[in-house]
Amino acid sequence: MATIAPERPRSRKLSEGPKPPGRERDRVFRWFTFLAALLVLLILALIFVSTVNQSWDWFSTRGLRAVFSSRWNQKVYPRGTANAGQPIPGSGFGAWALIFGTLYTSFVAILLAVPLSVGIALFTTDVGPRWLRNPVGYVVDLLAVVPSVVFGLWGVFVLATPIRNVYQSVADFFAGVPVLDKIFTGNPLLGTSVMTAGLILAIMITPIITSLTREVLATVPIAQKEGALALGATRWEMIRGAIFPHSRSGIVASVMIGLGRAMGETIAVALVIGAAVRVSPALFSPNNTLAAIIAQNFGEAQGIQRSALIGLGVVLFVITLLVNVMARAVLNRGERRLAAGK
Amino acid sequence: MHPTASQTDIVEPVTIDASSGRVENGIHLEVGDPEIFERDDPTRELVFDLERVQILYSGVAAVTDVNLDIASREVTAFIGPSGCGKTTVLRSLNRMHDTTPGAVVEGKILYHGEDLYGPKVDAAEVRRRIGMVFQKPNPFPKSIYDNVAYGPKINGRKRGDLDDLVEQALTRAALWDEVKDKLKRSALALSGGQQQRLCIARAIAVEPDVILMDEPCSALDPIATARIEDLMIELKREFTIVIVTHNMQQASRVADRTAFFTAELNESGKRMGLLVEYDTTNKIFTQPSDPRTEGYITGRFG
Repeated sequence: MATIAPERPRSRKLSEGPKPPGRERDRVFRWFTFLAALLVLLILALIFVSTVNQSWDWFSTRGLRAVFSSRWNQKVYPRGTANAGQPIPGSGFGAWALIFGTLYTSFVAILLAVPLSVGIALFTTDVGPRWLRNPVGYVVDLLAVVPSVVFGLWGVFVLATPIRNVYQSVADFFAGVPVLDKIFTGNPLLGTSVMTAGLILAIMITPIITSLTREVLATVPIAQKEGALALGATRWEMIRGAIFPHSRSGIVASVMIGLGRAMGETIAVALVIGAAVRVSPALFSPNNTLAAIIAQNFGEAQGIQRSALIGLGVVLFVITLLVNVMARAVLNRGERRLAAGK
Repeated sequence: MHPTASQTDIVEPVTIDASSGRVENGIHLEVGDPEIFERDDPTRELVFDLERVQILYSGVAAVTDVNLDIASREVTAFIGPSGCGKTTVLRSLNRMHDTTPGAVVEGKILYHGEDLYGPKVDAAEVRRRIGMVFQKPNPFPKSIYDNVAYGPKINGRKRGDLDDLVEQALTRAALWDEVKDKLKRSALALSGGQQQRLCIARAIAVEPDVILMDEPCSALDPIATARIEDLMIELKREFTIVIVTHNMQQASRVADRTAFFTAELNESGKRMGLLVEYDTTNKIFTQPSDPRTEGYITGRFG
């Protein structure tokens, strides 16, 4: 084979002469990724600054105690009157009840959605018959593209009426049982309630949690699974012993993303929650959430009411952030503990 | 199932040889007294008996016509070039192929006279008796303690006995002294050799009858390898060991019997593994009866 050997640039020093031709593109690419990352932070910061700015009236004029009171009675003088946009005496703009409602409905949704999602994910990665795994995965992914308003309308027009009877019998069942009769009850007992909102939210966040969890489960090395099986593990024991320890943090991260969606979901919840601002553990009663109340009222809002509604957005933003930071901290603590051997 | 006096007599010379002399070249190895060693003892207690075993992946035979028996408390080595089916055969011994889609085991594999693939035999139960150590150390991302305790736990051992059991298993795997002060630390912080011994401890903790080892030292340095080999010879007193290895010296050092596999093209031009020769390690390495075996062990492949 007669090949012509390329001339070797051995003659000149390393620090002299032209740089590799890809170097310039490399620099451009680096700047592009840098800007993209920066843009996200910038947008986030701008959203935060402008919402805080627009809700400053609410935060400043009433003080933190008012902000975190449970009294929400958003009456203001109507347009065209002398004090347009000013609160009518007796009104209140406390966010606590709405924070409670947000956390409560999201908690119910997570409680319903997580076992279901992890179950579906395991089915599609390790448990189900091979020919059924992909079809199930596709169908679940498809659920994710249904617009939330469709779920909301379905909830209020189809689900709410018949499910009231179910709630009624559950409430009857728990009547008189201490503690539980405060939860599994309704006053008034309605189809549009915390439970219905939780159900709708669960259906909505199941696809995303399933999808992310499936990706996490797919990263568990076969060697780990075989390691457990070789010790005589049954399938469930293998899942508990090899799959979960390896994917715990990934699953928690998926759940956090689902939780973020549940807390921020607006229109579907606004339709099925029944719009009653209250701090009550009753699952079968109407309640309200931060995001839903904004959607329900923002159209006609003015003055201090508008400011307060935007402020609720800021509160939601901060709560979502806190929940994520807390989850991260819990995970890190567990990992550190294992590394330190305590 | 304790070894009889006669079995101990046969086993002894190998133990001494393998722990004392690390021979560079497998062919010029001295394996005790061949007179004693080569005698095929009819009282050998069989653990496995493979008859006309053929294993297929998606309808294509990976290895075919394997006939061999494996005796209790011996180390049996499977050697041969890549693709010869030795790992495939090993994995059929504890039904690991059950989880591989498209894998089919044909022929008969008897375990203590019972069909390993019988309709009433539960694969998990099989693997509780026949443990496995893998090529790459695969400890769980848990503490050292929890790694060892995992097997006993799923076997229903009570929490109270676990501490002793973990200590025992780690001691038998020659790891206790190195880890006794950091049992709650992550197993992933151990070195590769320690991880592999942890995996052996994990397998031992289930109290299996057989331990299968699939190239257990291929990811380890020579010192860690030597420790694992010493361990195998130690463990042979209590367990039947089957090891797959690419390292012929390793087979000659630790194995009582050696099976040589090779891969050949069949009529339709597909590569297929087959068992060429199975005999005492001494015989395989000093006077192999098949020219293919001789070619492989002397370095003239094919």
